[in-house]
Amino acid sequence: MKKLVALVLAAALSVGATACGGTTSSSSEAASAAANSAAAPSSEAASSTAAVSGSISISGSSALYPLAKDAIGKFKATNPDASITLNAGGSGTGLKQVAAGTVDIGNSDVFADEKLPADSAKSLVDHKVCVITMAPIVSPDVGEKVTSLTTQQLTDIFTAKTKNWKEVGGPDEAITLVTRPSTSGTRALFKQYALGGKEEASNKSLETDDSGTLLQTVSQHKGAIGYVALSYLVNNTSVKKVSIDGVEPSLENTYSGKYKVWGYEHMYTKGEATGVAKALIEYMQTEEYGKDMEAMGYNVASKMQVQRDDPKAAK
Amino acid sequence: MARKDSIWRGIVTACGLFLIVLTFAIGAFLFYKGSGTFTTYHHSVWEFLFSPQWNPADDFTGGGQIGAAIFIVGSICVCFLALLIATPFSLAAAIFMSVISPKVSEKIFRPAVEIFVGIPSVVYGWVGTTVLVPFLEQLFHLSYGYSVLAGGIVLAVMIFPTIASVSADAIAGVPAGYQEAAYGLGSTRWQVIRRILLPAAKPGILTGIILGLSRAFGEALAVAMVIGKMKAFPAGILSPTNNLTALIASDMGGATEGGEYSTALWTMALLLLLISYLFIFLIRKVTAKGEKIK
Repeated sequence: MKKLVALVLAAALSVGATACGGTTSSSSEAASAAANSAAAPSSEAASSTAAVSGSISISGSSALYPLAKDAIGKFKATNPDASITLNAGGSGTGLKQVAAGTVDIGNSDVFADEKLPADSAKSLVDHKVCVITMAPIVSPDVGEKVTSLTTQQLTDIFTAKTKNWKEVGGPDEAITLVTRPSTSGTRALFKQYALGGKEEASNKSLETDDSGTLLQTVSQHKGAIGYVALSYLVNNTSVKKVSIDGVEPSLENTYSGKYKVWGYEHMYTKGEATGVAKALIEYMQTEEYGKDMEAMGYNVASKMQVQRDDPKAAK
Repeated sequence: MARKDSIWRGIVTACGLFLIVLTFAIGAFLFYKGSGTFTTYHHSVWEFLFSPQWNPADDFTGGGQIGAAIFIVGSICVCFLALLIATPFSLAAAIFMSVISPKVSEKIFRPAVEIFVGIPSVVYGWVGTTVLVPFLEQLFHLSYGYSVLAGGIVLAVMIFPTIASVSADAIAGVPAGYQEAAYGLGSTRWQVIRRILLPAAKPGILTGIILGLSRAFGEALAVAMVIGKMKAFPAGILSPTNNLTALIASDMGGATEGGEYSTALWTMALLLLLISYLFIFLIRKVTAKGEKIK
């Protein structure tokens, strides 16, 4: 009962925040308009490097959250007058809020039209800021023997057809599946590109709320397998990555298109981005920030040698 | 003076009315959100309560399956296991506090129990995952210790202080004359406790148990961390399952608001509210009966 009250209070708070968001977005538009008019007399080059001011709010994908947080910190160093609020609430929340105009940028792991009705998805402009690579991970005891799995083996493991590691050349241990909630963007990507669209055996797997918990669960349990984004593995040696069909999950193999389990991270704006939102997105796409991005385990979108289209738009 | 009085009375009345309005607003909001599963997406109440097929579509077209039976059964199993573990300990503690050693317990035991209530649930959950879960793994030679039993133990620890303190108050509230009369007739202390105090304090003890149960039902965080969150009916107390509150907490962020998935989650929230209404109703019934006896 207590939780319920908390839930409803949270809902009430978010309504409050929504109202605030509305006013900030209008004030930031005003600020950007002012900035534009001020910048008009000077040269174009100067206007693009000039510091922007105003306040915006961002919400959505938790996979993109660490990167967005890092980028905002560095962006603020050169734009001290810009105020940016960042929330992770999941891709669904980010898309819904940006379509409703309550936040200025909605972060998402998936294309907007996969979650939103077609007409509200159309009002959004997609900015692909980076590409995220997902890797299957196993506990250290399994990782010693199993370094690569075929797509078929991986699918059989996650659909609980294969139940013991010795069937795929590993130790004689039962396989423990560790997974993410069915609304997770990471899970959707992994299902689509690593498991060939096959649904994971939800009734045989332990579910964890976020990638951090998943990583911990896999590292602490013998015979465990799960999947996380490469960014979670940059400074982590407690689990082992597994190659798929002999291709190691790495930034290079993602760029070249050899490794297939990756997806775009989108920052959606309602209509063309303006003001602080535009400056931030442009900053994240600079070559300079791209180096930081790779150091954190994210792929720079412009370096991708392969492209993917929106699956719904392609149909 | 009179004017000041009326001002303050106005403020207090306004605050009280606001709370009443808020309570009803919460109920109405959950009803509005939760009923969408049945009106907008045309599922039956029967499917929601009794079907184990949970696979709602995360968009506005619907067409998924919204059977919540696994989560309802999960909630019930964990809560009743917790009650089963906590009730004997709580009753023993209550008897100790109110009859056997009231002076010591007033200084040490009762404050300790009250501190228990103040510990945030995330701490219980954390201790549960780092200590209890590995312990169960080793004890029963499991590949993982996430289980109904782990959830039941964590919840039992959480609801123990509620049941113990309410029961202790109920036992202490039994008129002194009852005890004196029993001792006068030659009863031993055990006989007084068993035949006189416990029966007389029964409505209060039941209230404590129901309060504990309703806390257990609403608890999300601590249980979610140790239950394993597997979407399957538990095969035994050592196997993992999922429950209503844990599912809402883990899936609400990713689900698109207004879509079939999030609407089904709202329906679960509505169900939890109805269950808590049921518990409040039961408490009122029990206490009303107790007053009649006195």
